[in-house]
Amino acid sequence: MNFKLKDIGPQLMTVIAVVLVFGFFTYNAQVNMENRGIDFGYGFLSQESSFDVQFSLIEYDGSHSYFRAYLVGLLNTILVSVIGIILATILGVIVGIARLSPNYLINKFAAFYVEFFRNIPLLLQIFFWYFAALRALPLPQDAEAIFGISFLTIKGLFVPAFIWQNFNIFFYSIVAAIIAIIVIRIHSKKKQETQGKQTPVLLISIGLIFILPLLSFLIGGVRLSFEVPVLKQLATTSFIYEGGVSLPPELIALALSLSLYTATFIAECVRAGIQGVGKGQKEAAASIGLTPNQVLKLVVMPQALRIIIPPTTNQYLNLTKNSSLAAAIAYPDLVLVFAGTALMQTGKAIEIVSITMFTYLSLSISISLFMNWYNNKIAIQEK
Amino acid sequence: MMSKINFLKPDKSNLYTFLYIGSFLFFFSVLDVLFNSFFSLNLTGFLPSFLSFLFPLILGFIGLYFIRIELSGIKQLDLLNKHINTNNFNAILSLLIIFIILKSIPPILSWFFIDASFAGDSKDVCTGTGACWTYIKVWMRRFMYGMYPNGEQWRINLSFIALALLGSVGYFATDRFKKYLTLYYVVIYPFIAFLFIFFFISGGPVFFDFSYGIIAAILSIIIGFFIPSKFKFYYFLVVPFALYILLKYFIFYEELIELGKLDGLNWVETGAWGGLSLTFIISFFCLIFCFPIGMAFALGRRSGFPLIRYISIGFIEFWRGVPLITVLFMSAVMFPMFLPADFFIDKLVRCIIAISLFEAAYVAEVIRGGLQALPRGQYEAAKSLGMGYWRMHIFVILPQALKLVIPGIANTFLALVKDTPLIFVVGLLEIVGMLNLAKTNPEWLGFAMEGYVFAAIIFWIICYAMSKYSYNLEQKYKTDR
Repeated sequence: MNFKLKDIGPQLMTVIAVVLVFGFFTYNAQVNMENRGIDFGYGFLSQESSFDVQFSLIEYDGSHSYFRAYLVGLLNTILVSVIGIILATILGVIVGIARLSPNYLINKFAAFYVEFFRNIPLLLQIFFWYFAALRALPLPQDAEAIFGISFLTIKGLFVPAFIWQNFNIFFYSIVAAIIAIIVIRIHSKKKQETQGKQTPVLLISIGLIFILPLLSFLIGGVRLSFEVPVLKQLATTSFIYEGGVSLPPELIALALSLSLYTATFIAECVRAGIQGVGKGQKEAAASIGLTPNQVLKLVVMPQALRIIIPPTTNQYLNLTKNSSLAAAIAYPDLVLVFAGTALMQTGKAIEIVSITMFTYLSLSISISLFMNWYNNKIAIQEK
Repeated sequence: MMSKINFLKPDKSNLYTFLYIGSFLFFFSVLDVLFNSFFSLNLTGFLPSFLSFLFPLILGFIGLYFIRIELSGIKQLDLLNKHINTNNFNAILSLLIIFIILKSIPPILSWFFIDASFAGDSKDVCTGTGACWTYIKVWMRRFMYGMYPNGEQWRINLSFIALALLGSVGYFATDRFKKYLTLYYVVIYPFIAFLFIFFFISGGPVFFDFSYGIIAAILSIIIGFFIPSKFKFYYFLVVPFALYILLKYFIFYEELIELGKLDGLNWVETGAWGGLSLTFIISFFCLIFCFPIGMAFALGRRSGFPLIRYISIGFIEFWRGVPLITVLFMSAVMFPMFLPADFFIDKLVRCIIAISLFEAAYVAEVIRGGLQALPRGQYEAAKSLGMGYWRMHIFVILPQALKLVIPGIANTFLALVKDTPLIFVVGLLEIVGMLNLAKTNPEWLGFAMEGYVFAAIIFWIICYAMSKYSYNLEQKYKTDR
């Protein structure tokens, strides 16, 4: 045995300290729960929840189980995160490129946007949009139609709903198109490497993604119609739109503030990434006769993406975690539905908070594991 | 076809013709928008409304096209072309931005100043279309001090002024005292700040458990300087806890504690604290606590002992993986379950602990980045001089690593300040929370916008100043390698 006391000592002491602290906590928790007559267990998840949720993607009412309530909250969190991520990426990329523009006005405008939104707490922005800005919208009966079909009112955004017939055929056609594109890409890459011939992959891809779904309409019997929201009078002064899809104002405020806030960080990532590609790279690429588009596509972007993607993924993760601020404006996300209402009803503090934390934790750990893998994959292989 | 319109192509030969026509068109378009927005005067009102709307854009575009003459020899023109008028696309974007700015100035100005009401102290004066700053004026004390009694607010002011003065000694220290500054800022100043908040702002039994902890920590740090570095690790693992238990259970009995009571000062419980001052208090304490904790875990994650490394990784990844709001939920509903029934911790203290641990994980990752960026040679050189682990880190590694990560740490602290409004979860109301409370007051309904704009301005100033300061710091400590 070549263990030395010098090596083992500190580790042993640390472990003992950690175990003591945790033991202390566990012991107290047991004593406290015994005193208050609470029993520990996750059995409550299958019990009837008997509370309602304002907005849910899956069918849910009070007669469903707590587990279903958890799913409702989780799906709502994912929904607002996905909307936020898409909007933030679009806005962030535009602003990030604008910050590098030689145009003085555009450059300063983008800089102003970034400095303005990143220095104001997100919670304040959410409150601002929800309580101040969106409250200035018209009542349902006064709202003017946007393009004649959508209504932006104080009670939310009402857009037409798609009504599909044979939706599964349409879905399969899109999946088939994507698979075909991937196959063609691999094939053309191989072809270029072996024979040096280029195929217009982009054109073929665009063609496929349009033509296959179109074919499903023409041959596959897929039908699409719209259900336009219609104003309906509930009482003398109370109106609401019926039909179509309604997005609650909480969702709009949350998605708006999350994406405006996160876009500033993404913009900085994009700027750093593009600036990180040396000028010599562009000049070298231009000097071997690549067109500006090719320089961007083949030389600048692959190198810039290597710098941009890791911090941007981090921002996506931050956005997802920040979406938990939804609880402040009563958007029924995971924290509000589960750690709020369900906790209040059952009183199972330890179980519910631990499930909520574990959900977020597993989400972030899986993404960061993926990021590590991706980083290793794209890292420059130095010789 | 091309030859026919070729005379329209601006070049140097007929520079002045194009310059005059182009700049006239450009200025006319800007003037049109200017009159339109400031004096609601439509110069092109005779045109159909759709055309009148697009008219300035088209006109300005043609104007900018005419004055886009390369190497004209006129300095201002070249500068203008280079900066806002490089090609058609840029010209349109520049025009749009100019028009947006011109269009948005009048409504903003009138909302903020011209139509706004400043005077009076009731809702009745706010009849205009502009902002009602009277609302802010009336609620100012609440936004600044929360529910802290009006008559006692001088205590907060006095403490903050005193702390600001004490904090600024670093600027006035002569070279003789410069070497003690680190000790002052790391140990003495936080302790003084704590005493002020404990005696003055609270003035009662709020921080007790916490104060034992702080006294124990500071005592152990001071004694720690004299402990041989061989035993420092064990020392810091054991002594602070031991001191804490000693202080709590053996030296100060509950009856003996009249510590928090100064004569003539009333006790103000933490539930009444609030507003901007609470933002400052929480940010200050969390900032002080999260830094050493984060440093410890950063070192732990780089440690050669696998068990310590795994524990550190677990700690860091756990806190980084969960949103702060759930951490605060935990501190509010779950944490009391983990403590003995008679062991009461004030919710403000719980909040501070939770935020500190949360931010410490982020600080740890930032510092780890700095540690990793240092070349191996630094470690080897320090070791070859016969330095031990602590000596090496305190005198060689950490000063360099911390210098490298100033921007990252500043970002983390900024995030901390921006995260303080989340304490509404445990029922503490700092400025944003107070705004939400004031907004629901039946006498002052409908002024949400003013409140949020006010808070946004305050936070923006704080955060922007912090980021500029960190930039200065970064430049100051930049050493070329």
